[in-house]
Amino acid sequence: MTVLDLKIGEEAIVVNESLETLPLKLIEFGCLQGSAIEVVQFAPFKDPIYIKVNDTFVAIRKDVGEKIEVTIKKN
Amino acid sequence: MSDRKNINAILIGNPNTGKSSVFNKLTGLKQSVGNYPGVTVDKKVGSFKLDKDTKVTLTDLPGTYSLNPNSIDENVVQDFVMDQKNVNNTDVVLFISDIENIKRTLLLFTQLKDLKLPMVLVINMADRMKKEGVSLDLEVMKQLVEAEVVLISAKTGEGFKDLKNIIRNYSRIGKEKLLELTEINPLLFGKFNSDVPYLEWLKLTKANHDGNLEYLKKYDLDAVEVRHYQQKEIILRHKLINEIVTKAITRGEGVNQLREKLDKIFLHRVFGLAIFFGLLLLIFQAIYTWSAAPMEWIESGFASLSEWTKGTMSPGILNELISEGIIPGLEGVIIFIPQIAFLFMFIAVLEESGYMSRVVFITDKIMRKFGLSGKSIVPMISGTACAIPAVMATRNIENWKERLITILVTPFITCAARLPVYLIIIALVIPSASFMGVSYQAITLLLLYLLGFVVAIVAAFILNKTLKTKVKSDFVVEMPNYKLPLGRNVLMTVFEKTKSFVWDAGKIIVAISIVLWFLASHGYSDNFNNAESIIAEAHIEENLTPKELDKLVSSYKIENSYIGTFSKNLEPAITPLGYDWKIGIALISSFAAREVFVGTLATIYSVGEDEQATIRSRMAKETKANGEPLYNFATGISLLLFYAFALQCMSTIAVVKKETASWKWPLIQLFGMTGFAYLTALIAYQILK
Repeated sequence: MTVLDLKIGEEAIVVNESLETLPLKLIEFGCLQGSAIEVVQFAPFKDPIYIKVNDTFVAIRKDVGEKIEVTIKKN
Repeated sequence: MSDRKNINAILIGNPNTGKSSVFNKLTGLKQSVGNYPGVTVDKKVGSFKLDKDTKVTLTDLPGTYSLNPNSIDENVVQDFVMDQKNVNNTDVVLFISDIENIKRTLLLFTQLKDLKLPMVLVINMADRMKKEGVSLDLEVMKQLVEAEVVLISAKTGEGFKDLKNIIRNYSRIGKEKLLELTEINPLLFGKFNSDVPYLEWLKLTKANHDGNLEYLKKYDLDAVEVRHYQQKEIILRHKLINEIVTKAITRGEGVNQLREKLDKIFLHRVFGLAIFFGLLLLIFQAIYTWSAAPMEWIESGFASLSEWTKGTMSPGILNELISEGIIPGLEGVIIFIPQIAFLFMFIAVLEESGYMSRVVFITDKIMRKFGLSGKSIVPMISGTACAIPAVMATRNIENWKERLITILVTPFITCAARLPVYLIIIALVIPSASFMGVSYQAITLLLLYLLGFVVAIVAAFILNKTLKTKVKSDFVVEMPNYKLPLGRNVLMTVFEKTKSFVWDAGKIIVAISIVLWFLASHGYSDNFNNAESIIAEAHIEENLTPKELDKLVSSYKIENSYIGTFSKNLEPAITPLGYDWKIGIALISSFAAREVFVGTLATIYSVGEDEQATIRSRMAKETKANGEPLYNFATGISLLLFYAFALQCMSTIAVVKKETASWKWPLIQLFGMTGFAYLTALIAYQILK
């Protein structure tokens, strides 16, 4: 599942094994395996999306969102 | 003898951390703006005194997220810290972080630390800690980051005393590295035989970014491997940062309710865009209402200044040059200081408050349909002030195609330089009556603004279809916290931008006014040199007063001056557009800068004129050969359209050349836009006349 499949506010964790396809800037912001991630807001058609990853709020486009693999955090 | 001392400090930090607030707070008005060699990124240098004998020179580097170059602004910072000369000159580095984003900002901090720079971690917005339930153990933090740490608030001023003390004792600041680079790859990083191995690694990543693969071969590396190690470096840094943050900072369960509440409104699927357009309308409305009065003062002030000069100075060439060349020319630029300043103010408020990033978010999808990006919004709004800062503001658009299209279409947006032209033509040819309480003149102006936007968007759409490059988007935009803009910051930005705009435009305008005045009052032909006798002979039977005769002589002189002769030769090309040779002069000189138009006409009409009047009334008096007013509806509309579309701005051409690193794009822009302007003006005049 990718970040696009999350519901707004659902707490999840980034599980990407490889970061090769992600923009370097996103990695700098802390979008790494094990980082907490959640969706703050979707624009219509989920593009762009507004996420909170590693305590940083960023907007990304759908094509980047598709590459962020996540798993929902179990409480 | 007292030993005077100068401490060189540099200011580095992420965007949106209040870096400029700290800079303004420390230096006050003692600052100046320059450029980094080769790039048009602003370089701000300021100074302040620690005590009578100790001065601190503070250089503000552009905001950046890391030393991995992604954009031009980041290149500047990377180049600066990689230059050994700069490093040796730097006594202390003030790294501005803020308490809410400390995790993200520490990435750049650890990178700089590994360059063995004398780092001070300055944590801003300390006034918000209590409210948000955050606490920080200063001593633990100091140990973990192996640097000086200080909590400040640029808003309340707390902590600045401590900060200054640290600067005073800069020699005590440690320069130890934080990350064990060999953890990334023992073999590769073991090869770096240098005091600062991280510098060697940065040289490699830079070479990779610049496509200099030869340099990579030195270490048997290829591009993929470099990127892989870069990622590994970032991962290790985040691991280190997480340890630091866990040990030194405790965070309560505070949610930023302001962000949540405002995002719900500003990012609403329907209302979000409505609010944005409503805001834009309000801003433009305010700009016009507020600047109407100051503009009138400037206008009447200049009219009396010119008259006073003419009467007070002894008659002669210098008198003429000043009262007929320089003063009217200056008026052309000073008249729109109010509007420019208000516009810059609103843009600064939108940026500082964090709202601009929300606009990027809600407009991105729509803008992409036209080959633009949500990030094109900021340049396009700035374009309503001036295309030059607007073109520079495209730098943070990562996608080259989107950036190029934004650069190419931004000059269509109605900039402040077009305003004086629009205002004066509208006043001449559009009736001052109103329809349901809205004046026709205001509607015309609004339509011209809309026209600029629509043509920009259509041009973008066409360019998007024609330019066949496929680039990865990598669109990543930080969504900063909302905050109330600091009045001091906004005012500093307004002051700085208005000053440099007026200064740059003013230089061109004064120079052109002088040249024009010279060309209009000198000539080479016999007709010019014998103007007095020719006119006297022609009107010998009419019994004219000497004054009337003088008037005829001077207008005959202009007609036969250098510029008159030149423009008359141009008439066949501009007559179909409804212009005479005098407008031709203004048109030609406006290719340096549009705002020259009004000043030029003022210069031309006032050469030899006795009584001083406003430029507008002089223009209204102009007639065609058949006695009809020259500035009629058809000519007016034709002029408005020409000025709406033609690229008449040397500075824009220069900045586009710089930003696209080629002459190709500015030339395409120049000929494309001006050709389009000529055609639309021609069609409009031929239909309306």
